[in-house]
Amino acid sequence: MSIFKHHAKVETNVFFLAVGILLTVIVGGLVEVVPLFTIESTIEKVDGVRPYSPLEQAGRDIYVREGCYNCHSQMIRPFKDEVERYGHYSLAAESKYDHPFQWASKRTGPDLARVGGKYTNDWQVRHLMNPRDVVPESVMPGYPHLMRALDQSTIVGNLTTLRIVGVPYTDEQLKNAKAHLVEQATTTAGAESAIAKAYPKAVVGDFDGNPQVVSEMDALVAFLQVLGTMVDFTTVDHTKIQR
Amino acid sequence: MAHVEHDVISGQNTTGHEWDGIKELNTPLPKWWVYVFWACVIWAIGYWVAMPTWPTTSDYSRGMMGYSSRGDLANELELQKKARSQWMTKLEAASLQQIKDDKTLLNYAMAGGKIAFGENCSACHGSGGVGVAGAYPRLADDEWIWGGSLDDIHQTIQYGIRNENSESRQSEMLAFGTGDALDKTQVDQLADYVLSLSSKTPAAGSPGEAIFAERCTACHQEGGVGTKELGAPALNNSIWLFKGDKESAKQGIVNQVTKPRHGVMPAWAGRLDAATIKMLAVYVHSMGGGK
Repeated sequence: MSIFKHHAKVETNVFFLAVGILLTVIVGGLVEVVPLFTIESTIEKVDGVRPYSPLEQAGRDIYVREGCYNCHSQMIRPFKDEVERYGHYSLAAESKYDHPFQWASKRTGPDLARVGGKYTNDWQVRHLMNPRDVVPESVMPGYPHLMRALDQSTIVGNLTTLRIVGVPYTDEQLKNAKAHLVEQATTTAGAESAIAKAYPKAVVGDFDGNPQVVSEMDALVAFLQVLGTMVDFTTVDHTKIQR
Repeated sequence: MAHVEHDVISGQNTTGHEWDGIKELNTPLPKWWVYVFWACVIWAIGYWVAMPTWPTTSDYSRGMMGYSSRGDLANELELQKKARSQWMTKLEAASLQQIKDDKTLLNYAMAGGKIAFGENCSACHGSGGVGVAGAYPRLADDEWIWGGSLDDIHQTIQYGIRNENSESRQSEMLAFGTGDALDKTQVDQLADYVLSLSSKTPAAGSPGEAIFAERCTACHQEGGVGTKELGAPALNNSIWLFKGDKESAKQGIVNQVTKPRHGVMPAWAGRLDAATIKMLAVYVHSMGGGK
């Protein structure tokens, strides 16, 4: 045990102490962080997860801007009570194209990881305008200002940036980003529209009741309506996603 | 620089440092603390072996105990399913009418239906099914747009209304105020008549009646009793979904005739299991005057 008796020499020498701290942090990082990028089981192999459509991505940016994550999580933990209430627990794969992810840690409101399709567009708009119109006991603030027109000038840049960090947007998708964005909020072709084909399971149509303007409301509701709907869990082999 | 001294009072040596005449004792750590520290180190080694801990190049060590949080959940859900199966299998097998007639089964369905309603339905239809005026129908009354029998309600919950589901209830009211369908005066006359339908004295012989007979009775029927199969609501009572308050009632009718609004409800068949949907149907049926 003589080695432990000499620890005072390391602790009283700034150089050795700094080297020691550096080594400790490096080892910690190598063991705890690096494997997340190399272990294949970190992100489950499931079908259906796709990059967000331009309108959904714009809505996601509004979700972040308005601080929705301060009260709503997007992370159904593998606990019985959560699965009973919200549906299948969240997979890492489901937020692999989220930059940054919106798992959040506080639930003043309910979890939103699988809110897509749970309510109608009409309900979402009404609820965002004034939550107490539909849920009298709600403490959520109203967001009527979302009815203003969506700033579409940044969408191509946004998607291009996301591609740099690894979201697999195709050249085709980037080229059509603006057209897709408008189409998703205005088309009446439903599943036959080009946008629904480019982004499967995207909810299309006029969301906010005003087909003339692509509003921030359109974008946010389009985002909410796709949350948690991309993976079809009836086709997932559950032994393969067990951790 | 280090000058270690022996301190007589405490029986310990000093560290050898001195700051403005203040010296620090080099008291060893308490023995119990050191033992706990080493015990933790040994525990950690055992933990590495027993639990999933170490990363490998493309995987991680599973641990000898085979712990998995998702696996635990699957087991828990399996146990829960077993515990509930006594009732759930009965509910799945029974017809809605049988559930209603069997007192114990009904009891279970009502309790389960209440919880499922609170989580899934009350956002639109309100707690207790009061609905939202001008938007979502009240369920706690005996007026039903798509029918209020157990089977009607069950069908509506399963597949919803005017959504993407291929089985969903579909219908669309035509817009009568556009093009050459009806002019402004005619719409006005029609609205007057429809308003009178919900009073005790319908305006018989009015110009609106003729327009109604020609344009509206295909769905809303003579006298405005409505057609449940088409989701065409009854107009001959004072329960209105899209009308608004008393003052704006006529305007509400004009709006609906010229630019119809259509209620939408999601399908629940993929989201909730069959037994839960049955419990909901029975629960909703019990709210008001289920037919």
